[in-house]
Amino acid sequence: MAETEETRAEAQFEFITFSAGGQSFCLEITQIREIRRWTPVTALPHTPEDVLGVMNLRGAVIPIFDLSARFGLGKTESNERNVVIVAAVGSTTIGLLVESVSEILSVAKSAIQETPNIKSDVTRNSILGMISVGETMVRVVNLDAVLDTGMGIAV
Amino acid sequence: MSGNSIRDTFFEECEELLEALVEGLSGMEEAPGDMEIVNAVFRAVHSIKGGAGAFGLDRLVGFAHTFETVMDKVRGQELAVDESLMGLFHRAGDFLSDLVTAARDESDVNDETEAGLIKELEAYLGPGGEETEFMFEALTLDMGDEAPQPTRRRFDIAFRPTRALYENGHEPLLLFDSLADLGDLSVTADLSALPDFNKFDPSDAVLSWRLSLVTAESETTLHEIFEFVEGLCTLDIDTTDEPAEAATAPLDLGPVMRPAPPDVDDMLAGDDAEDAMAESPDRGASDRPATSLPGSSKDARGPKPTLRVDLDRVDRLINTVGELIINQAMISQRIEELDLPTVAHLTNELEAYKLLARDIQEGVMAIRAQPVKPLFQRMSRIVREASDATGKKAKMVTVGDSTEVDKTVIERLADPLTHMIRNAVDHGLEKPDIRKAAGKDVTGTIRLSAAHRSGSVFIEVSDDGAGLNRERILQKAIEKQLVAADVELSEPEIDNLLFLPGFSTASQVSNLSGRGVGMDVVKNAVSALGGRVSISSTPGKGTTFTIVLPLTLAVMDGFVISVADQTMVIPIASILETIRPRAKDIHIVGTDSEVISLRGSYVPIVDVAENLGLGDGAERGNAGTLLLVSTETHGLTALRVSGIHDQRQVVIKSLESNYTAIPGVSAATILGDGKIALILDPEELIKLAHTPVHETASQQARMELRHG
Repeated sequence: MAETEETRAEAQFEFITFSAGGQSFCLEITQIREIRRWTPVTALPHTPEDVLGVMNLRGAVIPIFDLSARFGLGKTESNERNVVIVAAVGSTTIGLLVESVSEILSVAKSAIQETPNIKSDVTRNSILGMISVGETMVRVVNLDAVLDTGMGIAV
Repeated sequence: MSGNSIRDTFFEECEELLEALVEGLSGMEEAPGDMEIVNAVFRAVHSIKGGAGAFGLDRLVGFAHTFETVMDKVRGQELAVDESLMGLFHRAGDFLSDLVTAARDESDVNDETEAGLIKELEAYLGPGGEETEFMFEALTLDMGDEAPQPTRRRFDIAFRPTRALYENGHEPLLLFDSLADLGDLSVTADLSALPDFNKFDPSDAVLSWRLSLVTAESETTLHEIFEFVEGLCTLDIDTTDEPAEAATAPLDLGPVMRPAPPDVDDMLAGDDAEDAMAESPDRGASDRPATSLPGSSKDARGPKPTLRVDLDRVDRLINTVGELIINQAMISQRIEELDLPTVAHLTNELEAYKLLARDIQEGVMAIRAQPVKPLFQRMSRIVREASDATGKKAKMVTVGDSTEVDKTVIERLADPLTHMIRNAVDHGLEKPDIRKAAGKDVTGTIRLSAAHRSGSVFIEVSDDGAGLNRERILQKAIEKQLVAADVELSEPEIDNLLFLPGFSTASQVSNLSGRGVGMDVVKNAVSALGGRVSISSTPGKGTTFTIVLPLTLAVMDGFVISVADQTMVIPIASILETIRPRAKDIHIVGTDSEVISLRGSYVPIVDVAENLGLGDGAERGNAGTLLLVSTETHGLTALRVSGIHDQRQVVIKSLESNYTAIPGVSAATILGDGKIALILDPEELIKLAHTPVHETASQQARMELRHG
């Protein structure tokens, strides 16, 4: 469970890193409510491919998104290490299916770089920034953007 | 902090007092001269003033004081109430309510209105300077009244059993004995309905009684005694608490008699009854102890003891109970899965558990239920304001205002109702001269009614105006390019154009309605509550808007069905019948439309799986099971599903709180195995079947992201 975080002194942030669609992403630990094993969900009609369905989280109905598909990286292959990251954005709670969770990353605020000016606006909006860890680069997911584009307003 | 909470309590009480005020004022109109009502109004204003004084809300105190002083004149019968004074009282009441709101939100109110009203009110007061003094005196007196000193009061009880009372084995004597335990009781039997000896039917109920009880107990206690015979008798309890008023008792005879069935009415209203009545007050009076204060008449119906609870706590409880129901279903299912040898005990206990869980749920939901009365009362003000603004004469009639509805419904209905009422006055009713020419009463009637019917709450707003001008509506819709110019629509379809966004029929934008926010807002608000609005209109007779809402927002009876390979739930209330069709009854029309012949008529079939994008019509030809539903826009339709499994009560879980609305799906629920099942909305589902484009806005939004 991810509830043990403690905000350390001087702008030290903790992130949980995970991989989706072969790329490395992360979310700030305070946004994450819990991490669950993947269990089959109830599919919703008239929804895009990356909305897998809804799941029962202790009596609440929460939507589960396939993060990889959401970012246009193809559907997540079914895998034993697949997990659902339950995250809170404002008053809504959503679940994100990812390939696997890797580690907890503790970085200073200064280590988070702004997203470079890449071609696609949409992609840029969906990522808040980047953190380099050794050889690899971790993308900080912008949950608001995930929600915004996903919800639309179905009439 | 505690200061604030006392302040909050004061404003909560103000709400109640203002309700009592409005109710009292309309009561004064119906029964002019009833001093009890005048007293109630006076008390309401006075209590607001007293409370406001404690919080230093000088402006509120000042206005309430002037209001109260005029009211006191009426109370002292120094001032007769006429129509103009009544109107002034209404406006003063409205303004008092504004002042309370302003004091609460620390906002401002219209000074001119205040000055104008005070001037008008003061015009009714003669010159005199003792009012200020009186104010303080009154305040102290009020405190004294509230001291918990049991006052002995006299209750006049009219008790008339019906035949059913005896058939159920009740015995009036036992009831009287219980009453006698409470205080001093005198009983008079009314033999007037006694038939001829020859015609006497021993099993019929011909006797009635008038009882007079002097007791310190509350009226609630009295009602408790009659609790088991409620509905089996006509019962009327009247309170007086001073000997001086006893003399007026025969005057009360009218109202006391009214509930009696018509066939005995005339007999009871005869001399005998009056004599019997005239006798008892004296007896009651002689029994009266000297402790009761003359002139301090109490409220006839003492307020029931209530408890103020933080709404959050109630909601938490409701949520937990919802979980309990789900948990109960899970346990039942698990036990079934164990496939134990039949253990009768276990089954019984489980059944009992299920019933208990339901009872708890119903009890908890009842906490949230509130009568629509305060909501309706607020609407009378809207009618007044709207009729003032439009120069039309209108009065409001409410029916069934004791109907209880979930608190959320009441809160969220306020705006749509306000809008509908304004519309009814502004667009619905005709101008007085036109009404006169049409031979109608110059004063238009807006009728607001609420009722429980087959698991739903019906709220109707109707006017007796000119009815919808369908030609005009259609023309307007075409002008605004809401529909194609050559479209052919049925009457209900034209009526439903009103609900389209951006529709407004008033040629001139008036102050009241017609600001572009129209009935579509009403429709959305009602849909958000899981309900629907429909219109019916008769030219020259008027228009009725009906809002149908689910009884509770939390549970629903549903059929558990399977659609393609998914389990779903469909509300039982919407299903007329289930059909297992024979292949020969199903006919194909055109290339892909199917109908079923049902008792001589053809009903279109809508395949649920296909409409939800779950199947590709593979079910076609395979008969499946049909659910016959009736919809407002598309008439009878048969929904095809793969099968029906169960009928059960399900807890409604919103999809919108974490995701968004999905067409054809109203909500979700959690089944016994912990899985989520979607709850279908038949009306929307059928509408979906009639919309050729299935692509929804959300899909388009998503496409942009993916290709971006």
